[in-house]
Amino acid sequence: MVRSMPVGLPYALTAELTHRCPLHCPYCSNPIELQKRECELSTDEWLNVLEQAADLGVVQVHFTGGEPLLRSDLEQLIVRARELGFFVNLITSGVGLAEERVRRLSEAGVDSVQLSLQAATSELADTIAGFKAYERKRQAAKHIRENGLALNMNVVLHRANLHQIEEMIALCVAWGAQRLELANAQYYGWALRNVDQLLPLREQLKEAEAAYVRASERYGKQIELLWIVPDYYEDSPKPCMGGWGHISLTIAPDGQVLPCTASSEIRSLSFDNVRDRDLDWIWKHSPSFNAFRGQEWMPEPCRSCERRELDYGGCRCQAFLLTGDARATDPVCALSPHRSVILNRIGSNETGERGTYSYSYRGG
Amino acid sequence: MSHWALSERPKVSGPGRLKYDKARQAELLLLPERVVELNEAAGAILRLCDGQRTIATIIGELEAKYGQTGLEDDIFEFLAAAAEKGWLEVCP
Repeated sequence: MVRSMPVGLPYALTAELTHRCPLHCPYCSNPIELQKRECELSTDEWLNVLEQAADLGVVQVHFTGGEPLLRSDLEQLIVRARELGFFVNLITSGVGLAEERVRRLSEAGVDSVQLSLQAATSELADTIAGFKAYERKRQAAKHIRENGLALNMNVVLHRANLHQIEEMIALCVAWGAQRLELANAQYYGWALRNVDQLLPLREQLKEAEAAYVRASERYGKQIELLWIVPDYYEDSPKPCMGGWGHISLTIAPDGQVLPCTASSEIRSLSFDNVRDRDLDWIWKHSPSFNAFRGQEWMPEPCRSCERRELDYGGCRCQAFLLTGDARATDPVCALSPHRSVILNRIGSNETGERGTYSYSYRGG
Repeated sequence: MSHWALSERPKVSGPGRLKYDKARQAELLLLPERVVELNEAAGAILRLCDGQRTIATIIGELEAKYGQTGLEDDIFEFLAAAAEKGWLEVCP
């Protein structure tokens, strides 16, 4: 029995203020086609969007990018977001977080800061980021804590930094983080372009996960550790975004409204823009947001699968990028007819020779 | 956290924050990476965890509000679970 799901209210808005960024991480979650500064929403447009989001039921906003600190109106947006009752989280590389800026952000009312880390040593971290950022991040973490702000950190894990997992956890503890997301790379956009360089070996992952489990026991409540599974090595797909258009939405720098940050790459859909339509209409009625709500869109094997309410058929972006059909079962699933795409990739990864890393870096 | 005494003053751990959401008609606990929609009882208890009230006061107020007695065990159980999740801390 297939049933349709009533449209709920979104809890969280991811506001991508810009795609500009000093870092060039080879797994960047921004799309391959980065938007230019001239296309970005103005301050007034963002202020208006925030009000519409509050009316729609959003209670939490993540200001991110690119690097959101490159927007000089960030403080103004944070002030308004707090007035509207949002919990305000800032997701940043830390580049540009001098003491004075942290103080201004704190005064504006930012509730928590999520700082990225690329590796435990400056040499490796700066190689991955394609920018000398490590020392600035260390300073930024210090300023964040000295201003009494909650510090959360995140590391994208991949072949070149997994061996440093214990050092990275220790570093985040030392820097005063209360939460650390250990996010195994997810392969869309830039990460998919660099998958041969980034995809870890199975053995490497096993060791890293064991190190994570040991660290969880060692640090206990000192730091909350989250392990985001490397889905290529799973047999069932992740319940991506808690369901398409179900609990959150993303607004790209130019005002395009997306179910998640990666979804603009699904070329078979066209996404509406806050410059043309109300956010309320886009959330409730737009074809893109309704495309994969409920279960009626599901083909087999998802349609009759007992896991369909647990994983919603997996990730639509991954389905599109690897099969060309956004409705297809996520190829990560052992039941997917396209499972071989994943298995072949893992297989050639295990047997392939690896020399030095040569990433396709995104531009700034 | 079952060792908490009646005299202790719990509060929502920073930077978490409670928000009454009119759209959903529910108390929400806003945390850095997630939002927890609380049921009525959980919302009513956490709303009183302001770092000022003692657990004894909280129990008294809730028993008065709901016209019931004997809520102490349930409230302690909830507070312990909330503390375990990192939602609550005690004020010095």
